[in-house]
Amino acid sequence: MQFFGGSEISPSPPAPTASGNNGHMMYVFNRNGVCLLYREWNRPLRTLDAQQDQKLMFGLLFSLKSLTAKMDPTSAVEKGNLGMPQLPGQGCSFHSFRTNTYKLSFMESPSGIKIILVTHPRTGDLRESLKYIYNLYVEYVVKNPLYTPGSPIRCELFNTTLDQYVRGIS
Amino acid sequence: MAAIYSLYIINKSGGLIYYKDYGSAGRMDTNDSLRVASLWHSMHAISQQLSPVSGCLGIELLQADTFDLHCFQSLTGTKFFVVSEPGAQHMESLLKFVYELYTDYVLKNPFYEMEMPIRCELFDINLTQAVQKDHVTFLGR
Repeated sequence: MQFFGGSEISPSPPAPTASGNNGHMMYVFNRNGVCLLYREWNRPLRTLDAQQDQKLMFGLLFSLKSLTAKMDPTSAVEKGNLGMPQLPGQGCSFHSFRTNTYKLSFMESPSGIKIILVTHPRTGDLRESLKYIYNLYVEYVVKNPLYTPGSPIRCELFNTTLDQYVRGIS
Repeated sequence: MAAIYSLYIINKSGGLIYYKDYGSAGRMDTNDSLRVASLWHSMHAISQQLSPVSGCLGIELLQADTFDLHCFQSLTGTKFFVVSEPGAQHMESLLKFVYELYTDYVLKNPFYEMEMPIRCELFDINLTQAVQKDHVTFLGR
């Protein structure tokens, strides 16, 4: 097995089992909105092609961050106009939202890396899990000298470790 | 009793028809509340499009650092959402009750025009009482 990327083809994740697999998909974006990683485990419904889906997801997150910063009911400081870009960590940020069919958990690092994990709606608080996934990203991607920042992640070891970890989340 | 910061009602086109503030620190003027309501309408629709399985009805709960936003959408597309303290309980019951007040005091008002801002005194009075009441009593309804 070749370590630290190099292989252009990542192995497909194993077929999801009926029980114990609560992850639907995962995205990683950098601060410019480039999708560094899209990982899918269980997604029966597809309404857009891959590129449009990723752009729509980033737009949703950007707008929700702007909305929560504007809506922050505990801060009396003057907030800028809606849609004004926010520095990472600036203002009130959301960490998850839930619908009747899925739950989206969100984490943004101070360098602007956004990690999004979509799971089934009864998943608990995943903030610590996303921090661990960010640690995996640092260990297997950022520390990989062959990886160019800003390019899509093609690192087999990261994918394998990520799949194993997400399978255990419940 | 958990704090409720504000309540919004949006019509099916995304226009704000009711906004009540119960004590946010930062003041939000009329234009800002209109923009926030319209933006929430769009975000709610986009979240349906991004669902990995079919049958998604949109965001029910948005959890942020300093608040939770609970949203209820009626079958006709009217959205009720409340901004509360993180971890506040019984917000779903409160929104269902607000929906009852909306049907009783707004829709049954012969002078109310659909999709227009709500200016019904009885609705205001009963809503204020509901928000101040102990929410556990809603569970028995």
